[in-house]
Amino acid sequence: MSDNLAELEARSIYIIREAYARVNPMAMLWSIGKDSTAMLWLVRKAFFGRVPFPLVLLDTEQEMDEVYAFRDMLTKEWDLPVINHMCPPEEEMDQTLPPATRAAMRKTEGLKSLLLEYKFKGVVCGIRRDEQGLRAKERVFSPRSLDGAWDFKDQPAEFWDQYKTEVPDDCHVRIHPILHWTELDIWRYMKQENIPLCDLYFAKDGMRYRSLGEKNITKPVPSNASTIDEIITELETTNTSERDGRAMDKETEDSFEKLRSQGYM
Amino acid sequence: MKQRNKKSNQQLGVVIVGHVDHGKSSLIGRLLHDTDSLPAGKKEELEAICEKRGVPFEWSFLLDAFQAERDQAVTIDTTQIFFSTAARNYVIIDAPGHREFLKNMISGAAQADAAVLVVDATEGVQEQTRRHAYMLHLLGLQQICVVINKMDKVDYSAEVFSKVSKESVDYLKSIGLNAGHIIPISAREGDMLVERNTNMPWYKGKMLTEALDALELSSPAVALPLRFPVQDVYRFEEERVLVGRIETGTLNKGDTIFFSPTNEKAVVTAIKSWPEEKDSLKASAGESVGITLDDRIFVERGHLGSSEKNLPILSNVFRANIFWLSHTPLKVGNSYKIRYGTREARVTVQSIDNLIDTQDLERQEDASEVARNAVAEVTLRARDMLPIDAHDMNAKMGRIVIYEGYDVAGGGLINMEGYPDQRQSAEPKSENIYKVMHSVTPDMRAQRFGHYGGIFWFTGLSGSGKSTLAVAAEKEIFERSMNAYVLDGDNVRYGLNSDLGFSPEDRAENIRRVGEVSALQASSGVIVLSAFISPYQADRRKARAAAPSYFHEVYIKADLETCESRDPKGLYKKARSGDIKQFTGIDSPYEAPSNPDLVVDTEKNDIETCVKQIVDYIVENVGLGEIGEKEVAIENRVVSIKQR
Repeated sequence: MSDNLAELEARSIYIIREAYARVNPMAMLWSIGKDSTAMLWLVRKAFFGRVPFPLVLLDTEQEMDEVYAFRDMLTKEWDLPVINHMCPPEEEMDQTLPPATRAAMRKTEGLKSLLLEYKFKGVVCGIRRDEQGLRAKERVFSPRSLDGAWDFKDQPAEFWDQYKTEVPDDCHVRIHPILHWTELDIWRYMKQENIPLCDLYFAKDGMRYRSLGEKNITKPVPSNASTIDEIITELETTNTSERDGRAMDKETEDSFEKLRSQGYM
Repeated sequence: MKQRNKKSNQQLGVVIVGHVDHGKSSLIGRLLHDTDSLPAGKKEELEAICEKRGVPFEWSFLLDAFQAERDQAVTIDTTQIFFSTAARNYVIIDAPGHREFLKNMISGAAQADAAVLVVDATEGVQEQTRRHAYMLHLLGLQQICVVINKMDKVDYSAEVFSKVSKESVDYLKSIGLNAGHIIPISAREGDMLVERNTNMPWYKGKMLTEALDALELSSPAVALPLRFPVQDVYRFEEERVLVGRIETGTLNKGDTIFFSPTNEKAVVTAIKSWPEEKDSLKASAGESVGITLDDRIFVERGHLGSSEKNLPILSNVFRANIFWLSHTPLKVGNSYKIRYGTREARVTVQSIDNLIDTQDLERQEDASEVARNAVAEVTLRARDMLPIDAHDMNAKMGRIVIYEGYDVAGGGLINMEGYPDQRQSAEPKSENIYKVMHSVTPDMRAQRFGHYGGIFWFTGLSGSGKSTLAVAAEKEIFERSMNAYVLDGDNVRYGLNSDLGFSPEDRAENIRRVGEVSALQASSGVIVLSAFISPYQADRRKARAAAPSYFHEVYIKADLETCESRDPKGLYKKARSGDIKQFTGIDSPYEAPSNPDLVVDTEKNDIETCVKQIVDYIVENVGLGEIGEKEVAIENRVVSIKQR
C-alpha cells in the first residue's frame, strides 16, 4: 500500500476484527467527538456497514447541546445500537481532587458502573498516542482490573500484532484501534471518507473546538478554520497542543496520570 | 508540527535502543527540538518541571511521561512520538534500556522499520548494548545506525570514536548485523543530529538525520507469495465473507485460493468494499479485506490461504530461535499456547537445542530450561499439522508469539532446517506414479460378494471393548457369508508397524498406515473392522480422508474409570505406577469423536447388545441397496473430502 491513510485504516480494521473475534461481550465508547466518530466509521468498514456491538455514551449531562443533537441524528440515520449510560454525580467524586480532574473522574466512575452492569470483557476506546505522553505508552490491547486501574509499570509485552486478548474473570481489556493515528491523520481521513462531524469543530466568530469535552471543562480555541480543508491547513502549521482546551490535563504535573491509572480513557 | 504533508506519505518507524543511561531519551528530545517538532511551550514546560524538581534541564523528561519515570529518571515503558525531516515523517520509538524492562523494549522495537543503537563514548559497549543488538537480530530488524553519543565528554576525540565504533561493529558483525552508518554525536550539544556544528571536523560521514533519510522502508511484502490468514468468517444474509489481512503477496478476483491445513480450494468471486458499491479487483499485502468464494468449502479462523503453486510447509514440528520474557522459565516437556497470524496452537517443548549467551555468544547445548530475558534455539512439537513458513522465506509469517496462561511470555523466529514438509505424506512422494485403473469396479465386486466393502473404525479408550466387539462382530458377519476382517492395534504393531513406538508422531504414523491399509482392503471389497485407540481427532480425520466414502467412525464409549476397573491387559496399573509412559487417558490425551457415525455404549449395554447394534449398522451400510460414486471418491480425494 502506498498511501499512509490506507495503511492506518487497514491496521485499525485488523484490530477491530481481532477484538470482535476474541473478546466477547464488548462495547465501544462513542463520545461523539471526531476520533470516536472516525473509529465508528472504521467499525462500519470492518463489518461492511454493520455495527455488531453497542456504542456507549458515558453521559454526564454536561455534553454540549450540539453534541447530543449530532448523536441523535447519526443514531437514527445509521441505525446505531446506542447505550446512553449515566455517570454518577460529581458530589460522589473524591473531593480532594482539583475541580476539573474531579469532573473528569465522573466518566471513570461511569465506565466502572457500565462494566458492572453489562459485564463487558472488552471496551473499544478511541485514544491516540500523539494526544498525550501517557497515552503514547499505551498498548493496543490494554488489560485492566475491574476498578479500571491501569498497571502502567507492568504492561504486557505486545508485538507482531499478537495481543493479550484473554484476561481473568474480574478484568477487562481496553482496545485502542486508532492508537497509531495522529490528529492530522484523523482530519485527513474525515475529509477523504466524507464522515459527518459535529459543527462545534468548525470556527464561528473566530473560535472553534479542537477537542470536545464536557461544557464545564472544555474551552474553544481561537481559530478561523471553518472547513475541513482549513482545519488541516491550520494543524499543519500550528504548534499548540490538541488538548490545550482541556483543563484537567494540567492542574498538576501528574493529574492526567492519576486519572488514567484509576481508569480514565 | 510543521509541514507534515509536504513529503512522502510513507512513515518510517525508528526504534532507539541501547544501554541504560547512554542517552536514548535525551537523543530523542534533542532531535524533536532541532527538527522543530515540539509543540509550542513544551520546552518551557520541561524547564519549569526541572526547576521545580531542582535538577538540571533534562530532555528525557519529554518522553518519560510517567511520574515514576521522572522521579527515578529512568524510562520504564516504550513510547512513540512523531517527528519529521525535510524528506519524510518518522515515528520514533523510545525503548527502555534497563534490563528489567526488556519486554517493553521488545514491544517497541518490534514495531520499527529501523533501529538506532546508542553507545556512550565514555563507557563503550555494555551489557544492554549487546542484549538489545541481539534482540534486533532476533526481531528480524536489518537496518541499523550506530550513534556514539556523549562525544562532548571525550573532547570530541577521533581516537575514542574509532575505538568505540570498532567495538560496536565487531559485536554486530558477530551476530550477523551490519551497521549502515556509525555516527559520532552529542545529543546534549546537538552535534551531528540536524546540524554538523564545528566540534568534529574530522568526521566526514552523514549526520543522523541524513542517515535516517537514507534508510529504506522495510522490504515490500507484496513481492512474497500470497499469505492470507483467515481472521473471521462473517455470515450476512445469503453471503459468507472471509475476512483477514493479506500479510504478503497479492490476491485478485478470480484467483484460486488454497487453504491449509485443510487442503481445500475455491475461486475468489469478490473482494468486497464498503461503502463503495463497486468491489475491488485486487488487494495486496497490508490490506484488510473481505472475500467471497465460489464454493462453500469449510474455512474458519486460523486457516491460511495461499496460491496453489506456493504453499506453506505443513509440519507438526519446527525449530524456533526464541527470547523468553516470563518470570517462570521455559522448560523441556512444558506445553504452551502459540499464536502466529490468526492461528493458535498448542505446542510442547521437545528440546532446548542451544542456550545462547548474548554477552559472549557462548552456546550451551541441551539445556533444560530458558530463564527470563534469555535467548535460545528450541524444538517445538504441535499435536496437529500446522501451516508454517520459515522466517528466512517469509519474515511476516515465520514468527511465533508464545503465551503462558493469559500472558505473552516470549516470541521467536521459525527455522525449518532439518524438518521436511509433511504435506507430502498425504500425496505420493514419487512423481512417477500412475494409478492403475481397475477394470473391475466396486459394483462388480459387490455383485460377486453380495456386499460392498467398508471401513468401520472403532475408536475408544484401552479397555473400552474395541477388540472384543470387533472380533465378535467379525464372526457374526462371516457367518452371514460376508467377508469381514479385523485389523487390531496389537497385531499390526507386530508386523507392518513394528518400527513404531508410542510417541505422538509414531501414533500418528501408525494410524496413517492402518488408514491406508483399511482403504485398500475396503476397495477390494472387504468389510474392515479397524480397532485402534486412535486418540487424536486429526489422525482419524486423516484415516477417513484415505477412503471417505467407505469410512464409518464407531465410538466405543466407556469412561476412564470403567476402563481402568476392567484393565484386561493390566496396562492401566502399569501406567499408574509409571512403568508405561504416554498411556492414553493417563498421561496422554484421548479426544472423543465429536460427531461419530455410531456410538456403542459398553458401560450401559452388555456385549451381546453391542455386537447386535454393530452388526445391524454394518449390514445396513454395505448392502447392495445403496450404490454410490465410490470409484470417484478413491480417484479424487479432494473432491470426496469436500462432499463429506
